[in-house]
Amino acid sequence: MVKQSTDETLLDARGLLCPMPVIKTQTKLQGLNPGDRLRILATDPGVLHDIPAWCRVNGHQHLSSEELNGEIVILVAAGQP
Amino acid sequence: MTIKRKALALISGGLDSMLAVKVIQEQGVTVEGVNFYTGFCVEGHTHAIRKKDKDKQKRNNALWVAERLGIKLNIVDISEEYKDVVLNPKHGYGANLNPCLDCKIFMVDKANAMLNKARELADDQGFDFLITGEVIGQRPKSQRKETMPIIARESGADDRLVRPLCAKLLPPTLPEREGWIDREQLHNFSGRNRKPQIALANAMGLSDYAQPAGGCCFLTDESYSRKLADLWQAQGRKDYELDDIILLKLGRHIRPAPNYKLIIAREDGENNYLQGYRQRFGFIQCLSHGGPVVLVDGEPSPQDLELAARIAARFTQGKQQPQVLMEVTAKNGVATQQQVQPLTPEQIPEHWYIK
Repeated sequence: MVKQSTDETLLDARGLLCPMPVIKTQTKLQGLNPGDRLRILATDPGVLHDIPAWCRVNGHQHLSSEELNGEIVILVAAGQP
Repeated sequence: MTIKRKALALISGGLDSMLAVKVIQEQGVTVEGVNFYTGFCVEGHTHAIRKKDKDKQKRNNALWVAERLGIKLNIVDISEEYKDVVLNPKHGYGANLNPCLDCKIFMVDKANAMLNKARELADDQGFDFLITGEVIGQRPKSQRKETMPIIARESGADDRLVRPLCAKLLPPTLPEREGWIDREQLHNFSGRNRKPQIALANAMGLSDYAQPAGGCCFLTDESYSRKLADLWQAQGRKDYELDDIILLKLGRHIRPAPNYKLIIAREDGENNYLQGYRQRFGFIQCLSHGGPVVLVDGEPSPQDLELAARIAARFTQGKQQPQVLMEVTAKNGVATQQQVQPLTPEQIPEHWYIK
């Protein structure tokens, strides 16, 4: 796994099905400051679509999505509340 | 200076709530959306799990609608509190185990609580009224002329609840009386005919919308409701955990006796997903041939597990062999291997299948 920077929070949403990873992402981001990063681990491929869409809708920034051996890593940055 | 009014809309992801928002947006009102996750929502899980649905859009319809409308969307997990709605609906069930009227009251009540909370904060983030996509006569249980005031009253939203698609058939609400919105530009849709909504969608340039077959809730599904009723009967009480109701959405469910049932994966996607439950349930796999992941739910005796292994063997690639090697792992983690003779299809009575 990539080493986390200090302003990066980790969310383990593996094994959860959509929309739970999105809901957990939403809750985590509410506690972060604008610009803070959240790294989300997930296994439901639905997140590849839903988390970027949720970010666009709510003003957060989707930075990247990677999928390796059924495990998905998504990086987002918190937007202005 | 005119105050810019703000509304909170219940977004299901279907056409009606999308249109209701658009109608209000066109009057210059700012709208935000809320979508409630009950655990029984159709999209998401099943599409994500099943390989055969791989080509289907895995999008979350509520999010997609929010994006089309350019509104913010809050998705709220109400699955725990929602149990009480499903288990003890004051207004009863519909054709299946769908407590539609209690559900609508509950959701409007939750949205109303959000509205009140925002108003208490008394800043410009507050909402002035609520919007739903309800249409009189659209749903036999919840969307009737008589149920509209019940929902408004019991949710506590009262006349801050606007149904833009059928508002002209209802008494004027506060936003209409106060002139925040123009009643004349609202609609008078009623009945199950979808033509007015489709025409309005086309007129608004919203022709590409989700049409979930059978609605967006598993509780309106006859087969799903039978599985839920079977679960309650087997438990001897009406209750469920989130995992239970998700598992009812997938696999073959076979109950040879009241004290246990088998959940048999039907394809690779389900195999992968059910694997994740092997710590919580009894687990059967075939060692000599390819075969599905099989969970055993309940409290089977050792003899029951022998029969369960023979049933599971029927669904393996060795089903026509005289013997196959099965491994049965009880819930306590103790695994035993046994050669078993697969049952034939005729040996599995039809009534064992919960469908």
